[in-house]
Amino acid sequence: MAQRSVSIWFFIGLSLLVNGVLIFGAGLYELAHPPANPVVLFEVHAPIWWGGLLAILGAIYCYYFSPVRERARKAGTA
Amino acid sequence: MTLALVVLSSPSLVHLAPVDMVIIAFYFALVLAIGAYLKGQANTGEDFFMAGREMTAWVAGLSFLSANLGALELMGWAGSAYQYGILATHWYWIGAIPAMLFLALVMMPFYYISKTHSVPGYLKLRFGEPARALSAISFAFMTVLMSGVNMFAMAKVMQIVLGWDINFSIWVSSLTVAVYVTLGGLRSAIFNEVLQFFLIWAGALLIPILGLYEAGGWTSLKLQIAQRASEQYVHMWAGLGSFTDNPMGIHWTGIVFGLGAIISMGYWTTDFLVVQRILAAKDMRSAELAPIIGAGFKMMVPLIVILPGLLGLGLLPMKLVPESVATVTHGYSYNDVLPLMLARYCGPGLLGLGITALIAGFMSGMAGNVSAFTTVWTYDIYRPLINSKGSDHHYVNMGRWTTVIGVLISVGTAYLVMRSASIMDYVQALFSFFIAPLFGTVVLGMLWKRATGPGGFWGLLCGTLSSIGMWAWVKVDPTALRYVALSPHAKALAQDMYQALWSFVVCVIVTVAVSLATKPKPDSELTGLVYGQTEIPPIENVPLYQKPIFWAGVVAAVFVVLNIIFW
Repeated sequence: MAQRSVSIWFFIGLSLLVNGVLIFGAGLYELAHPPANPVVLFEVHAPIWWGGLLAILGAIYCYYFSPVRERARKAGTA
Repeated sequence: MTLALVVLSSPSLVHLAPVDMVIIAFYFALVLAIGAYLKGQANTGEDFFMAGREMTAWVAGLSFLSANLGALELMGWAGSAYQYGILATHWYWIGAIPAMLFLALVMMPFYYISKTHSVPGYLKLRFGEPARALSAISFAFMTVLMSGVNMFAMAKVMQIVLGWDINFSIWVSSLTVAVYVTLGGLRSAIFNEVLQFFLIWAGALLIPILGLYEAGGWTSLKLQIAQRASEQYVHMWAGLGSFTDNPMGIHWTGIVFGLGAIISMGYWTTDFLVVQRILAAKDMRSAELAPIIGAGFKMMVPLIVILPGLLGLGLLPMKLVPESVATVTHGYSYNDVLPLMLARYCGPGLLGLGITALIAGFMSGMAGNVSAFTTVWTYDIYRPLINSKGSDHHYVNMGRWTTVIGVLISVGTAYLVMRSASIMDYVQALFSFFIAPLFGTVVLGMLWKRATGPGGFWGLLCGTLSSIGMWAWVKVDPTALRYVALSPHAKALAQDMYQALWSFVVCVIVTVAVSLATKPKPDSELTGLVYGQTEIPPIENVPLYQKPIFWAGVVAAVFVVLNIIFW
């Protein structure tokens, strides 16, 4: 079987990072332009901290399981 | 006609912003990219059907859980929590954890050592071709039908929640699943299920966090539920001493013996849809650890399923009603509680992630059905009964075509259900007929070496027929419920529990009786298949905290503590 250089955990990190950045950005936009009909608990600004948390987690996964590090791990140099 | 007009067919519960659409589109692009990336790594039968048997315990364990965590499961059980209260948690704790630990510690060694490709494959080794043919044909038939039923139900949900056209939802989601499973086989299904697992948690976990914050904590929520419904809605065991003291109309014997000992054992240990993920583990320790990891996370699923239902009961200003009433009054049904809570707290961005979680849940369940169907059709029906002389390459091609055909049959079933909704009830009932007797056959095969081939076959057949008979009896004469479920007050879920219990008992009695009347298999033919005739290789020399038995003990202890806390 062919050797894989992209780990499943990298795909998961990428998904969390992209979604986190998009949600964080949407939260900042809402902070600057509050909606006419806000959701319940709008004042806790969940998109900002939840999006930020997902983005940080995703970035850690992307870095740790990046294809470059994966190849190095398989080659025994990391 | 623009795409928007094709997609949006009716008014919706929530409205998506452009950022939500980007999040959903990114999800579809990513799952297809994973399928395309894995395309070149599914060329042999072992790769395509068994993911090369190289999955780590974490990947196999999360996939094992994710294949069961469908969107209908999320929305349906959140609705059940609104309707029945915290009693619905039994389906996640006693209705799953003991069975998962039993699978890990008792049954997995036999599945793994026998190197079977499937559960029907194990029955062939243990009981012979008739038992395999019976279980394989019934499983394959019911799996694609169930997949179609789920597909229709999910498309209906998307229509109600988002206003999406039913045809659009059915074709986009099913073709996406068909493409990534056809390209990468089981490995692609498993990898996407792990991704979907993370998305489900990322999209759904915010609801209980914000809900508990709004309610003022768990104690305050319990008081609000007691005021709006009854105190029994927040007790798991206290009201189960009598059929009439709890919202579900069930007795603790039904929960413990019907759900905990039979239905959940049948589902988690013999339903190939979930067991297939564990069979793909890279070694015995990983195969044993995977269900234990799954059990650890399964205990937490009520956080994102049951708690939102309870929060809806305590916090939502409107009263939710059964589906039949909601259709007439144009109100909200129990099943709408999760989308309603999503819309309550989630603005642009978070809403897109929440909807992605529902879509991911649906697709992981469907991919599970399709990949299990493909394996059982190819290895347990096509190869032994139709063409036993094909090459490995031929069977892989058959697997790819079967994936596409399985999806198309599912789509056909979805349209059939659209024309006649009552078909959905029949298919769901039919599926439950096979689970309990199959558990009886497999567990006797693994633990009792005297069980014979004819005993296994006739036990499975009689158990299944008895289940169908009880269901038909209650359909024709509803007063029969007092005999089947031991109470005229029993609700549908309670009837399922007792039906499963009796069909298991019938299966065991017939298997034992026929086995004792027929010639036993020689011991030499039972090696690797039966307890007492199989040398289980010891787990390699690893520290205690890396051993499956240690983590099974931890999970069991947490399970007991949680039941006491929410007694």
